[in-house]
Amino acid sequence: MHTFAYHRPANTRQAAALLAKKETKALAGGQTLLPALKLRLTSVDNVVDLGGIKGLDAIQAKGRNLVVGAMARHAQVATSPVVKKALPALAALAEQIGDPHVRNAGTLGGSIANNDPSADYPAACLGLGATIVTNKRKIPADRFFKGLFETALGRGEIILQVVFPLPKCAAYMKFPNPASRFALVGVFVADFGKEVRVAVTGAGEDGVFRAKDMEAALKKKFTAASLDGIKVPTRGIMSDIHADAAYRAHLVGVMAKRAVAAAGG
Amino acid sequence: MSATGIGARVRRVEDQRFITGRGQYTDDIHRPYETRAYFVRSPHAHATIKSIDKRKAEKMPGVLAVLTGEDVAADKLGDLFCGWMVLSKDGSPMKAGSHPALAKGKVRYVGDHVAVVIAETLDQAKNATAEVKVDYGVLPAVADLRKARDPKAAQIHDNAPKNTVYEWVLGDQAAVDAAFAQAKHVTRLEMVNNRLIPNAIEPRAAIGEYEPGTDTYTLWSTSQNPHVLRLGLSAFIGLCPEHKFRVISPDVGGGFGSKIFIYPEETVCIWASKKVGRPVRWTAERSESFQADAHGRDHVTTGELALDANGKMLALRVKTLANLGGYLSTFSSAVPTFLYAPLLSGQYAIPAIVCEVDGVYTNTAPVDAYRGAGRPEACFVIERLVEVAARELNMDPAELRRRNFVTQFPYQTPVASLYDAGDYKASLEKAIQIADYKNFGRRRQESERRGKLRGVGFSAYIEACGVAPSNLVGQLGAGVGLWESAEISVTPTGMVEVLTGSHSHGQSHETTFAQLVSDRLGIPMNHISVVHGDTDKVQFGMGTYGSRSGPVGMSAIVVAVDKVIAKAKKVAAHILEAAEADIEFKDGKFTVVGTDKSAAFGEIALAAYVAHKFPTAEIEPGLKEHAFYDPTNFTFPAGTHICEVEIDPQTGVTEIANWVAVDDFGTVINPMVVEGQVHGGIAQGVGQALLEGCVYDDSGQLVTGSYMDYTMPRADNLPSFKVDYTTTKCPSNPLGMKGCGEAGAIAAPVALINAITNAVGHEDVPMPATSKAVWHALQKTERRKAAE
Repeated sequence: MHTFAYHRPANTRQAAALLAKKETKALAGGQTLLPALKLRLTSVDNVVDLGGIKGLDAIQAKGRNLVVGAMARHAQVATSPVVKKALPALAALAEQIGDPHVRNAGTLGGSIANNDPSADYPAACLGLGATIVTNKRKIPADRFFKGLFETALGRGEIILQVVFPLPKCAAYMKFPNPASRFALVGVFVADFGKEVRVAVTGAGEDGVFRAKDMEAALKKKFTAASLDGIKVPTRGIMSDIHADAAYRAHLVGVMAKRAVAAAGG
Repeated sequence: MSATGIGARVRRVEDQRFITGRGQYTDDIHRPYETRAYFVRSPHAHATIKSIDKRKAEKMPGVLAVLTGEDVAADKLGDLFCGWMVLSKDGSPMKAGSHPALAKGKVRYVGDHVAVVIAETLDQAKNATAEVKVDYGVLPAVADLRKARDPKAAQIHDNAPKNTVYEWVLGDQAAVDAAFAQAKHVTRLEMVNNRLIPNAIEPRAAIGEYEPGTDTYTLWSTSQNPHVLRLGLSAFIGLCPEHKFRVISPDVGGGFGSKIFIYPEETVCIWASKKVGRPVRWTAERSESFQADAHGRDHVTTGELALDANGKMLALRVKTLANLGGYLSTFSSAVPTFLYAPLLSGQYAIPAIVCEVDGVYTNTAPVDAYRGAGRPEACFVIERLVEVAARELNMDPAELRRRNFVTQFPYQTPVASLYDAGDYKASLEKAIQIADYKNFGRRRQESERRGKLRGVGFSAYIEACGVAPSNLVGQLGAGVGLWESAEISVTPTGMVEVLTGSHSHGQSHETTFAQLVSDRLGIPMNHISVVHGDTDKVQFGMGTYGSRSGPVGMSAIVVAVDKVIAKAKKVAAHILEAAEADIEFKDGKFTVVGTDKSAAFGEIALAAYVAHKFPTAEIEPGLKEHAFYDPTNFTFPAGTHICEVEIDPQTGVTEIANWVAVDDFGTVINPMVVEGQVHGGIAQGVGQALLEGCVYDDSGQLVTGSYMDYTMPRADNLPSFKVDYTTTKCPSNPLGMKGCGEAGAIAAPVALINAITNAVGHEDVPMPATSKAVWHALQKTERRKAAE
């Protein structure tokens, strides 16, 4: 890799100041940035390691929310008794990310800041209507994900935590890409009673999206049969060697039904 | 059978160092003052090199040299070569295109070698490669072999019009045509044997070191055949005289064929080490392995099987288009010809067979031998045709096979192979029994109740190992003989060094070869060490590929051991004061027949070296013998695999529900090692059939250039295999061995595709049968049902 300056600030204020510089990237778990640097696909002048900031990996249930720190590792979320009790679907999702190496390094904040169109966490954030809390503001998930690898984050803006409202029930169903085991299609469904949310990752040409037709059908009755006859249009669906748009769109329907069934619907 | 003798499940002695991280692979070896090489590779599939400006790169920090094809030419370093001449049906020689170690004038695939930077550190070398300015004239490219002979397709080598390397034929066209005219039924299939990328765990690596004091060269390399590498670099590429050149292949982490060949990278490392006056090391990064290791398979075939009214096979007609890539790799020409067509008769008595093979260049990485090398492709063709013929004839696929099995041996096929021994019905029936085939219908119903589709598929495979009788392969165009050598060196204390020309890169030779010698000499295994992989230690060797280490490598050891015993008997006769004819050797002891006078192997070894008690004018002191063993025939491992799958029609995901393999490998030295080979082979075959597929786009860019897109088989793709044996001994070698290293990879793909097509309900399922492919195939099934 090309050489760069490495910084490890002790607090978010210092981190934000460092991140205001040009050619600077934040390092959380490093599961995307480090391979890209090593393969020389990207180069930066400064890397700001957020690992020195205390408390950013805290996980706690707060009233009707689960609050997960941005630096919480996937393995932490997968095994946390708090998550397992409050929001087992999120623990199950984290358990399915990558392999043990990835899960012990990768973080929630890093994943959603990167917004890979095949990543799992964006589906949970959007599917639960989470709020992304940064050092500058609170961003609803619906306004956070802005397309492939694009988010609402501005320069120097650091995710501190994600606030997940707790649904009546929820589930994530993932069809892994056979090679990378990212989501070829992943569907997160959550039933809040007054609202049902269905978020799809891995499939959209613009990244994670909500399946509004499905949400409407499920709001009437939260059961897999409610999705019968809803055909996912292929427009805007990704096509690659692993899955053409027709197959992916079909899988969205299959995974959505399975997610509803897994959630108890 | 002793606890460590032939047939015993002895734990691998090499595992201690491998699983504790104490192996010594090429990349673990460091030489004083070593430098690092990094290659400038072509980003284009096809382009002229208009100019290379290396001035800036040469001035970069740490850079010792930037070398290009001009430097290779100036030093008169010869081209890389293809060592097997294949003639076209009109008698003309194959069209081998120029293949310099660094490209001159033109690049022919993405990853082709344009220049090399030698620097103090790898980072410095990489930084400088970015500054080597290559002015390319991008040309149209052809990556799909089906388009290679299109008149409008890009021309890759000037001497190969229409990108055609050869148009080869084996068999009797007229006899086949006559038989087809009589046929009651013809089964016809179009088949694509998908292109694979080898993916050894250890990537290729090389360290070249020139020693000016003695004018000698040493190359550490991840080669499966260090002597062949030395021979090729000396005699053909012209690096230096052979006796001035040592090649060491230390521990090697998997090859699967991809490390047989002589590649540009090691050629450049050893050549450049003299130019910079320091050792030059290179270890492939995984993305380089994807781009520039020789790939495997890549055939498009039309097969036709003619049968009579009773399901007797009358004739087979096969026409294959084989992709050889951008250059002819070391043994590439032989793989889709002599390693393929002679196996097309399968386990069946087919009176007439003809096989035409057209080999073509494309703008892709060279294609060469990969686990099975030609035989998986042949097995796929015949076993698909037989299975589909049974379906078309409404006959049980097992029964159609039974009716056509070769039962009399030796059996001369119409495609050159002379099958020496086998009992194909025995392995079929045993597999059927273990697989509980008779209750398949019940299991299918049970699957259907759960909304799943179940299918069963057979693969009654045969393959040829033990390459090969030297004069025969010489007649067929091979540039070398394919015997093997061994040396048995007994120390004065009775310890035994076994020096073998075979090379272990995962095959467990240190265990199985020691087991063999232990069994033969009646001494403990820990008195034996196996030495391989160093041209300065081992006299010569042809290396390990084609499952030859057992039938050929071990046969050489047997011959050498027999010579040691014969010599030791002469010594023992003097020690025991008896006639040589009265000395019997058994269980590690020399005994005078009919007496209790005996001496242990170690005592005789000591006596041979002390040389006090025998006339040295008649018997030379010492105890060391060697052998060059040349096989008299190929060996023919065969067996039946039965695969059962369950498909989720909603997602197209195939789960392997059951896998039975009944193999006839002849004599088995260590069943645990053999089962490991079978398991690994099946896993690779499952990889090909279900998951792996190398994809180039139309411009020749490698789409599957990393594990993000190239799907390797993993544990959760595989069931627990049921492996069993039947045994007929191979009559042509002293141990009766046939070889087992590739059988799984040969048998597996077609068993799986036969099972999947059985479940799907039609034959149009490609390899790899990914969930996407199977789902689309099921949509086709639905459309057909709707149309009916």
